Amino acid sequence: MNSLALSATSASSASPAPAGRTASASARGAGSDSASGSASGSGSASGSGTGGRPRTGRRVRSRSTGPALAGAALLLPALAAVLAVSLYPVLRTLWLSAHDAGFAGPERLTGFANLQRLLGDGLFWNAWWHTVAFAFGSTLVETVLGIGFALVLHRSFRGRGLVRAAVLIPWAIPTVVTSRMFGWIFDGRSGVANYLLSRLHLTGHYVDFLGDPHTALPTIALADVWKTTPFMAILVLAALQTVPAELAESARVDGASPWRTFRSITLPVIAPSLLIAALLRILDAFRIFDLPYVLTGGGPADSTETLSTFGYKTLFSGLELGYGSMVATAAFVTEVFIAAAFAWYLARRYRALEG
Amino acid sequence: MSPTPASATASGSISGSGSVPGSARGTGDGAVRARRRERTRRLLFRAAATAVVVWSVAPFLWQLSSSFQLDRDLASRTPHWLPVPGTLDHYRSVFGGHEFGAYLTNSVIVTVGATFVGLLLASLATYALARLPVPGKGAVLALVLGLSMFPQISIVVPLYLALNRLGLLDTYHGLGGTYVGLALPLMIFVLYAHFRSLPAQLDEAAAIDGAGLLRTLRSIVLPLALPGIAAAAMLGFITNWNEFMLALAFTSSPEHQTVPVGIANFQSQYFIPWGDMAAASVVVTLPLVVLVVVFQRRIVAGVTSGAVKE
Repeated sequence: MNSLALSATSASSASPAPAGRTASASARGAGSDSASGSASGSGSASGSGTGGRPRTGRRVRSRSTGPALAGAALLLPALAAVLAVSLYPVLRTLWLSAHDAGFAGPERLTGFANLQRLLGDGLFWNAWWHTVAFAFGSTLVETVLGIGFALVLHRSFRGRGLVRAAVLIPWAIPTVVTSRMFGWIFDGRSGVANYLLSRLHLTGHYVDFLGDPHTALPTIALADVWKTTPFMAILVLAALQTVPAELAESARVDGASPWRTFRSITLPVIAPSLLIAALLRILDAFRIFDLPYVLTGGGPADSTETLSTFGYKTLFSGLELGYGSMVATAAFVTEVFIAAAFAWYLARRYRALEG
Repeated sequence: MSPTPASATASGSISGSGSVPGSARGTGDGAVRARRRERTRRLLFRAAATAVVVWSVAPFLWQLSSSFQLDRDLASRTPHWLPVPGTLDHYRSVFGGHEFGAYLTNSVIVTVGATFVGLLLASLATYALARLPVPGKGAVLALVLGLSMFPQISIVVPLYLALNRLGLLDTYHGLGGTYVGLALPLMIFVLYAHFRSLPAQLDEAAAIDGAGLLRTLRSIVLPLALPGIAAAAMLGFITNWNEFMLALAFTSSPEHQTVPVGIANFQSQYFIPWGDMAAASVVVTLPLVVLVVVFQRRIVAGVTSGAVKE
C-alpha cells in the first residue's frame, strides 16, 4: 500500500491530468467491478484475435495476439491470489452480515436485523467514534511530524544514511513488539515515562497511562505515531524530491525566509502527494487492531475499543458471525466513504486548478 | 536519554530567535550577519536531526537495555539506564521456558515461503502489466490497489471458514497462502515503477534474438530490476513478518503460531515478565533493524523511485 502512494505521487506531481485519471480509475476499481476487470481481460484477448489491430495496434505495435495472451496468462495467478484474499472475503462478509450464523450450523437469513441491532448498539458507536477520532487525530500528527522528518532527511549532510536508517527502525518493528515497548515505557509502576514526567514535575503522582480511560487512547495514539511517522516521512520525502531545486534556490536568493520558501513554494508542490499519503495513513489507521488488542484489550471501560477489536471479539469470542460481519462491513463502508471523500476533494481541487 | 533532544531543541530555538535582534541592530558588516545566521541555522538543523534520531531509536534502545537487567532493577521506581549488573536470564528464559524458539521457526518458514512465492507471482504479473500489451491494465492496477485497502477485519472470517473447509487451519500453508495474496499489491506496485523504467528496446532486442517471454524476463528484465526486486522482497518480508490479526485467527498451536502471536500471548503468565518480553522483542526486532540499516538506501529508493524519475 505504500507503493500506491508512490505511483500516485509521481503521477500527480508530474502533471495534474494523470492524477485525475488515477483517482477516477481507483474509485471505479474500489467500488464495483472486479468481475468486469477480469472479464475484460479475457474478453479483449479474444477480441484482439478477431479484429484486435485497431484497438491495440496504435500504441504498441503488436505483431500478433501472442503477447496479450501471454500477458493475461502471466497476470492471472497473481490476480487470482489477490482476489481470493480480498474481494471474495469482503463479499462473503457482506453476505454473512445479513444472516444469523455461527462457526457451525446453518446460516439463517435475517435481512436487516443485524443492521438494526448495529445502529442501536452503544458499544458499536463507542468503537466507531474511537476509531474515527484515532484515525484522524493520529494521521494529523503523523503528517506534521512526517513533514518535519522529511525536511531533515531531504537535506544532504554527513551521516544522512545513518539518520535515514534510524528513522526507518520504528516502521520495521512489528506492531505487537511496539505494543510491548510502549506498555513497558508507560507502565503505571515502573515505567520510564512516569519517572521522567515526575522528575520534570509535569505530573505530581504516577499515572496508570493504560489503566485510565482518559489516557489510554492517547497513549495508544502516541505509540502509533511513533511507529508510522517514518512511513509518512518517506512518502513526503518522495514528494520533496519532485520540488525543483531551482525554485527554492531562487526564492532563497530573493531573500525569502526558509519558512516563507516552504509555505509558498514547497508546500503547494507537495500538497497533492501529501493528501494522498494522508489518505493512505487514515485508511491504515482506521484498521487499528494490534496496539489496543495487545496493550489494553479494548479497556479500560471500553475506552480503547476500536471497530477492529470490537469486531474481532464479536466474531471470535462471541462467535456471532452474522453480527460480527455486520460490524466488519460497517468498518469497510466507513473506509470507502473516507476514500471517496478524499478522491472527490482531490479531483475537484485539482480539476479547478487545471481549468 | 529522552530529555536530551527536548533541551537541545529548546536551546536551539532560543538561540535561533536570539540571533534576530542581533541582526536587526545591524552590526554593520552584512557578511558577519549572514555567517552568524548560517551558523544558527546549522545548529538548529543539527538539533532537529538529533531529535529525530533520538525519538526514533530511544524506545528500542530502552528495550535493549531492559532485556539485560535484573528483575529487581526493572521493578524499581527509579529506572536503571544501563544494565549494570547485567544478566542473560531473560534470554535464557525466552528460549528455554517459553515456546519462543518454535514461534521464531514458524515465523521464518511462513514469512520466507510467502515472500518467495509472492515475489514470483508479482514478477510475472508486473512484467505483464508493465511491458506487455495487456488490455485494461490500468483497471487491473487500480483494482489491485483498491483491494489492498480492505480492512483485515472484513476478510478474516470468510478466510477462516475457507481454510477450515480446506483443512488448512493451523498450518503453514494456510497462513502462508493468505500472506502471498495480501503482500502482492504492495510488491506489484514497487516492482511496477522499476519494470517501467527499463527501456522498451530491451524486449525488442531480446525478441529479435529469438528469446521467449519468460527467457526475456529471466535473463534481462529481472537482473536489471534487481534493486526494485530487493525492495519489494524486503517490504513483503516486513509486512508478513509483522502481521498479527490473521495469524491470531488462523493458528492455534505453538507448532504453527508466529512470533507476534507468541509475544501477544506473553500476557497470560502469572505476572508481567517485562524482562522476558524485552528479550523476546529484541530477538524479533534485531534482524529487521539490521536489514533496515544495511538496506536503508535501497528501501528509500524503492519506495520513492516513482517520484525520483520525474
